[in-house]
Amino acid sequence: MKKYVIIGNGVAAVGCIEGIRSVDLDSKITVISEENHHVYGRPLISYYLENKTDLERMNYRSKDFYEKNGCEVLYGRKAVKIDTAAKKVILDDGKKLPFNEVCVATGSSPFVPPFEGLDSVENKFTFQTLDDALSLEKAATKDSKVLIVGAGLIGLKCAEGLYGRVESITVCDLADRILSSIFDSDSAELMQRHIESKGINFLLGNTVSRFDKTKAYMKSGEQIDFDILVLAVGVRPNTALVKETGGEVNRGIIINDRMETSIKHIFAAGDCTEGDDSSVGAKRVLALLPNAYMQGHTAGINMAGGEKVFDKAIPMNSIGFFGLHAMTAGNAEGEVYEEKGENSLKRLFTKDGCLAGFILIGITERAGIYTSLIREKTPLCTLNFDLLKKSATTASFSPEIRRKKFGGVV
Amino acid sequence: MKRVYVNEKWCLGCHLCEYVCAFANSGMKDMAYALKGKPIYPRIHVEGDEKISYAVSCRHCTDPICVKSCIAGAISQVDGVVQIDRNKCVGCLTCVLVCPYGALAEGENGAMQKCELCISNSFGEPACVKNCPNRAIVFEERGEAQ
Repeated sequence: MKKYVIIGNGVAAVGCIEGIRSVDLDSKITVISEENHHVYGRPLISYYLENKTDLERMNYRSKDFYEKNGCEVLYGRKAVKIDTAAKKVILDDGKKLPFNEVCVATGSSPFVPPFEGLDSVENKFTFQTLDDALSLEKAATKDSKVLIVGAGLIGLKCAEGLYGRVESITVCDLADRILSSIFDSDSAELMQRHIESKGINFLLGNTVSRFDKTKAYMKSGEQIDFDILVLAVGVRPNTALVKETGGEVNRGIIINDRMETSIKHIFAAGDCTEGDDSSVGAKRVLALLPNAYMQGHTAGINMAGGEKVFDKAIPMNSIGFFGLHAMTAGNAEGEVYEEKGENSLKRLFTKDGCLAGFILIGITERAGIYTSLIREKTPLCTLNFDLLKKSATTASFSPEIRRKKFGGVV
Repeated sequence: MKRVYVNEKWCLGCHLCEYVCAFANSGMKDMAYALKGKPIYPRIHVEGDEKISYAVSCRHCTDPICVKSCIAGAISQVDGVVQIDRNKCVGCLTCVLVCPYGALAEGENGAMQKCELCISNSFGEPACVKNCPNRAIVFEERGEAQ
């Protein structure tokens, strides 16, 4: 019998538990959960504010998940050290948990730059956890003026969540466009116009130079009055536990395609890691929920003595705002095929005979067919690209490939 | 496990499977009442051109990427059948982003939907198979991936 310890209780942890249990049904699993909540889908916190889900439905797995999987969850506890010599995880209450294999699934934390005068702001929030969403829900009133610093995925999802609950929302970002991590300027502009049409204000290429209680003084000279401040500048992987143990850490915890860190018996998965991005052939932090699950699952299988590699991680995002959906995957480089409509945009990027990436806004049907071509690095000469670029359809595949995909064993 | 397969050579591209699917999952007793004059939301769709056509529905993969990717934990696999809890779905479309077959789509109220082999509706077995006029759609065992 082995002893497994999982540090963290997010989606990567669930993947890890299910991975372990696909190999080892008996050994004990201990989960250390800093948050006092049953595992929930972290990206759902904006949908919670939007009333598109509730605390019950946000549970990522059924209520009896831990029990059914023989897990003990230590809620409200934090791991402070991994003692590799004694093979024990040390908790903030001094308790020591012996382990044979440990998985670090500590996620990421909001990065808050040292803005001048930030201490004088009373109602300030980050938007990363369910507790953040619950606090925001409490603070937000019909009269609230909200200032969100950061026009990335987190800041804009927060804006969408708060929309309708508050009087006004202003979003500022140092970058000159919204969603700068996934969009080029045209796609950002299209989405920005759509979000602006709902009444959300943007101040781009602009940032706060100092705060004074309920006033933000912008670099541009403008003054913004607010009563709720949300800081969504970015997140940083939580790497300290592995770093202090002497494990290899860059921006994230370095892992190989078995999810092993540089230290034996310590695995890592999810937003805290930096693993192979197969679309560029280099290590990158890919803080995306599907990757977190797949990394966790892979780690779990290997921790339990199985054999599994996960070497197909690529950047990909599906995100919608006020009914307009956008999807991106891979990398926006190479030759471009483009279709533009009033409220839609399709950009397919081809490079070295393969689909390298795409940006889709408003035309997202069957986009997974495109994504799989990026993931599998399918040579485009094996299919009818003229048909494929117009529509994501398996009709563009050769009859042989299609029959193999649909006709037989999947 | 038995799955739905389509013989391209026999598919007429008549789209009848789409209507039958939408009806089977409508929860209504009368097909005309369920579908007439309304947009339909089938879980199977016909693709192809004038030369070849075939219907596509969920493959119920042995290692389904949609299950692993769902941000709400709304998609699960029970006895091989990939199912979606539409009550938990928030409509983020991540499943559409990852499914290599294009087998998931938005349903009537914004939640995603997909073929569940008619196991939980009144048909009990795939309605598309039963009603295909040219018997191009079959429900059979063809083995599992290794």
